[in-house]
Amino acid sequence: MGFITVLALTLPFSNPQTMRLRREHAHLSDEAVVALVARSNDSALAELYDRHGRVAYGLALRVVRDKALAEDAVQDAFLDVWRSAARFRPERSKASTWILTLVHRRAVDLVRREERRRGEPLASAPEPIGDATDEAAWLGLERARVREALRQLPDQQREALELAYFGGFTQAELAERLGEPLGTIKSRMFNGLARLREILSDGMPERGTWNTTGFTS
Amino acid sequence: MEHNGFHELTAAYALNALDGAEASEYEAHLGRCEQCQEELASLQDTVTSLAYLPEAPAPPRSLRSRILKEARAERAPVVALRPRWTFPALAGATALAASVAIALGIWAGSLSSSLADERQARAEQERAFAVLAERDAARIPLEGADGILVVSRTGDAALIVSNLDPAPSGKAYEAWVIENGRPLPAALFDAGDGRTVVALDRPVPGEAVVAVTLEDDEGADQPSGRPVFTATPA
Repeated sequence: MGFITVLALTLPFSNPQTMRLRREHAHLSDEAVVALVARSNDSALAELYDRHGRVAYGLALRVVRDKALAEDAVQDAFLDVWRSAARFRPERSKASTWILTLVHRRAVDLVRREERRRGEPLASAPEPIGDATDEAAWLGLERARVREALRQLPDQQREALELAYFGGFTQAELAERLGEPLGTIKSRMFNGLARLREILSDGMPERGTWNTTGFTS
Repeated sequence: MEHNGFHELTAAYALNALDGAEASEYEAHLGRCEQCQEELASLQDTVTSLAYLPEAPAPPRSLRSRILKEARAERAPVVALRPRWTFPALAGATALAASVAIALGIWAGSLSSSLADERQARAEQERAFAVLAERDAARIPLEGADGILVVSRTGDAALIVSNLDPAPSGKAYEAWVIENGRPLPAALFDAGDGRTVVALDRPVPGEAVVAVTLEDDEGADQPSGRPVFTATPA
């Protein structure tokens, strides 16, 4: 964890500057780019896609498990961004959270509609859906950070979070599937998320100090 | 449900693990609860960290160009819909829904851009939310569609429907309140994105049935065909 934290600090993973540096908006924060999108600036939309499209597609693909449907979910979500950017409130939410939440909602709507839920989504043993070797380094590091945090949760909490998020199951469906009372599922989701939040924030820069020899908390 | 009941739904909502009707009720609560808005914004960040877990190949390059092409095509001015139209929930921009949606990080696609449309959509939603937020409102499951009819003690009513198919071109859904065999038009609407919330224009008395038919998009005086779905209060 320590090692990952050190590396993650050097990489602005929430605002990945991973693409071509000559891009027009490359120096802007996500939130500033969204403000340009709100003014119907299509190169700003392209910039947001270049920053988050890959994660968006990976997420959609995991949920819908079908390439064409995943593309649909990503396309719909980025068009949602295009249409509603003027209403985005940066003081309330990170732009990346907003965009990926839209992608997740679109993807889950699709699986629920198409009854396409297949297989078990397991973050601890991810299926190699495809070759990820060409992805940016920051993405691999962020993944390792989240995976490590998730590993620290009790199995049942982790399972509830993964089935809900990647399987697209409602809490009622989960209760039925796992043969547990609804209240149990609710607390697993709530406690699991609260704990995950705690673990993830422990590794954030503002909680420790950064010096030339590395990160100490 | 009191605050605690809703509060514990925040995690499930952030995970998008509520069904359509539950999510609408939660959103109605959220619009009024600062504490839940803050908790949700924070949990939504945590939930979104999960998005970085899947390992996947890059999306095809064609996806990027398709999105940009669509976006440019949409930049053309949106033609205002007829005033009688009632808007799908979460489609029009309302002050309440905007703050809610941003707190959640959600936004369903919006077509409307004119101020008049937005005002009407806001009025619609506020009426629907007011009914939803009533603690002792009756919740009646729909027959023929996934959703509920919510009826307040005073008879104010709203429909919440999940995954309703969009009405065919030139058509619209029309809701009817049927009392003593006499149908009265109660709302004209199209499907929302994922979830449709419609406030009914007239109260639903105890003995009345609510039915929804497909009609010409100008609206009809009488239902012309079989109901697409119905709700029968017990």
